[in-house]
Amino acid sequence: MITKRIIPCLDVKDGRVVKGVNFKSLADVNDPVGLASYYSDNGADELVFYDITASAEGRQLFTDILQKVASTVFIPLTVGGGINTVSDFDRVLKSGADKVSVNSGAIRNPELIREAARLYGSQCVVISADVKRVDGVFRVFSKGGREQTDLEAIEWIKRCVDMGAGEVVLNSIDTDGVKKGFDIEMLEKVCDAVNVPVIASGGAGCVADFIDLFKKVPRVDAGLAASIFHFGEVAIPDLKAELKQNDIKVRI
Amino acid sequence: MIAIVDYGVGNLFSLRSSFKAIGADAVFTSDEKIIRSAEKILLPGVGAFEDAANKLRNTGLGEVVVSEVKNGKPLLGICLGMQLLFEKSYEFGCHNGLGLIPGNIVSFEGKIEPSLKIPEIGWNELRLNKDSQLYKGFSGGEFVYFVHSYFADCDNKYVSAFSEYDIEFPASVEYENVFGCQFHPEKSGKAGLRILENFCKAGELL
Repeated sequence: MITKRIIPCLDVKDGRVVKGVNFKSLADVNDPVGLASYYSDNGADELVFYDITASAEGRQLFTDILQKVASTVFIPLTVGGGINTVSDFDRVLKSGADKVSVNSGAIRNPELIREAARLYGSQCVVISADVKRVDGVFRVFSKGGREQTDLEAIEWIKRCVDMGAGEVVLNSIDTDGVKKGFDIEMLEKVCDAVNVPVIASGGAGCVADFIDLFKKVPRVDAGLAASIFHFGEVAIPDLKAELKQNDIKVRI
Repeated sequence: MIAIVDYGVGNLFSLRSSFKAIGADAVFTSDEKIIRSAEKILLPGVGAFEDAANKLRNTGLGEVVVSEVKNGKPLLGICLGMQLLFEKSYEFGCHNGLGLIPGNIVSFEGKIEPSLKIPEIGWNELRLNKDSQLYKGFSGGEFVYFVHSYFADCDNKYVSAFSEYDIEFPASVEYENVFGCQFHPEKSGKAGLRILENFCKAGELL
């Protein structure tokens, strides 16, 4: 059977990985290319790159880096950040991305999902949603979690999948950075609502959080994290060995 | 030299990088002469069956591939490229493939536990079904990366490895000089590169 996926996420700004990376074994921990191949050699099932640069120059750097990563790493690559038009899809797909994740761009123009799915296939359109509880309602936030929208999260995600999104990354703002575990309640609701793969993001602090995630929400497909991997707090091979011991199917 | 048939479908970046990484001489081409002069042919493909089958037909490249394969040239089809090797596909109607391997392409829909997601996206395990040159050095249990909603319904004798998604389905097929992988070797880490390398080396024994 298909395995649960473990996905490190790399935030790239002006060509460098940010959000503190702390690997003693790597000479240049902020080099996205080196870090990507480190993860690929050490059990990552997939990589997510977020381009958080604002300038055109930074974007060009990102495209160059993506090409370098895609030439050396042979596992699936998802790219997000600054995807607002079909030509943004085109740019990153031609640079070696396998999937493209849209967030604010889809909130501004939902038709982007339909158009991209038609042109490139649903399998490469990922809807990424930043969600937070506001007065008991799951609200979608845009612009990296800075701006509240009127969208109710479950409805929004369903709508995106109906329009052609082939995968969902659910990032809970409530649990993000707290390191006390994934947002089980929110993930259950999303997994019940859609029949495409759902990737859990936000809240992983230790190995037990991943075991908890896959045990409590068996329909979730993958766990994504950044800092706990970057800081070496959790090593992916150890994580996978523990998951396997707990009868959770992983690629070892 | 391996001719990777470029008939306008799918993203070829990863395939290009994979062949570079294993040091193989591969060219992307839609030129009949190059395909005819190559030692081996690779047929990639992502997207819808009907569209891809039409493109192969309209460009005349499908006919070129079929005649070269009938002359004994090894061919590897990947993902949709594998599905195109069969007689028919029932993806949105019924469409003819290249007919190089007996069998049809059918949906997972209705055949697997309804709670399972379609497409199957992710890493799944290989169970080797016959001695294949593609799996030289493999012992079974290796993981490869799949993205698909349809699979080949064919006689077990054409199946070189199975995978399981509630039901067993052909992860890869092989019939004489025709090879096909439902998964993406170019996205399957070291195991995937090994399969491409094995394909490059295969042939002397065919």
